[in-house]
Amino acid sequence: MAYSDKVLDHYENPRNVGSLDKNDPQVGTGMVGAPACGDVMKLMIKVNDDGIIEDAKFKTYGCGSAIASSSLVTEWLKGKTIDEAYAIKNSAIAEELALPPVKIHCSVLAEDAIKAAVADIKAKQSAKEAA
Amino acid sequence: MSQNYFALFGLSPLFDIELKTLESNYRKIQSESHPDRFVTASAAEKLASMQTATLANEAYQTLKHPANRAKYLLELNGITAVSDSNTAMPMQFLMQQMEWREALEDARAARDIATLEDLHHEMQAESKSLQANLTQLLDEKKDYATATEITRKLIFIDKVCADIYKAIEQLE
Repeated sequence: MAYSDKVLDHYENPRNVGSLDKNDPQVGTGMVGAPACGDVMKLMIKVNDDGIIEDAKFKTYGCGSAIASSSLVTEWLKGKTIDEAYAIKNSAIAEELALPPVKIHCSVLAEDAIKAAVADIKAKQSAKEAA
Repeated sequence: MSQNYFALFGLSPLFDIELKTLESNYRKIQSESHPDRFVTASAAEKLASMQTATLANEAYQTLKHPANRAKYLLELNGITAVSDSNTAMPMQFLMQQMEWREALEDARAARDIATLEDLHHEMQAESKSLQANLTQLLDEKKDYATATEITRKLIFIDKVCADIYKAIEQLE
């Protein structure tokens, strides 16, 4: 299958690969997996006191499209509020990367990883408020 | 689904099947529907034999692999175990996946075949234990909800296992 130039670019030069400190109260972690292909994706976001995402890192074990989808969203996430991040749709990722229909699930994985990371940071924030 | 894959090979619809029976009945159907036997047959007979061979091949591939067999059994019971839109897996399991993936990556970078082989054995043992679990859940307890979870886990384990095997092959 032919990958688009954008997928190849992110696949060959992935942005923001790595991890953040998962115990940091400002860091939210989203971990998801695609049972269709066995891909796993971890996305971490660091959110400052104004609710802005300062940093984002990912680690994805999967095909080129899954790696490109997660690499792309780490670029998109920086500077966004968590609510803006939560609103990112997989269709926007798929469109940007020109993913073929059989690879749409890779963009779904990235969207779900964002949602899981946002849910994690919100849970941390409300735990802090309750304390 | 026009014909049950298990019935095609004279098997009961169970997870724990006799692989030898599957294999020999598959070979039998393949040889009976082989094009060489239909050189002088009518066009309709040729077409029918080709369709039989195609179906048998598809059925064999599905039943031979444990994860595919489990998926198919669940499908027969009206359950779609794997869909693109469902990416929720137990957190503990995903963390374990990440650890295995990182161990694979480190061992590959260090060209450490012994560690890769240990990992491969660990994955095979894991796969076996999930399969034993599936026999119980699918064949005895008919607990399809739990079997769906285990089937999904098995797909991940098989993927890691295949990737470790590939890494070993590349280094050897």
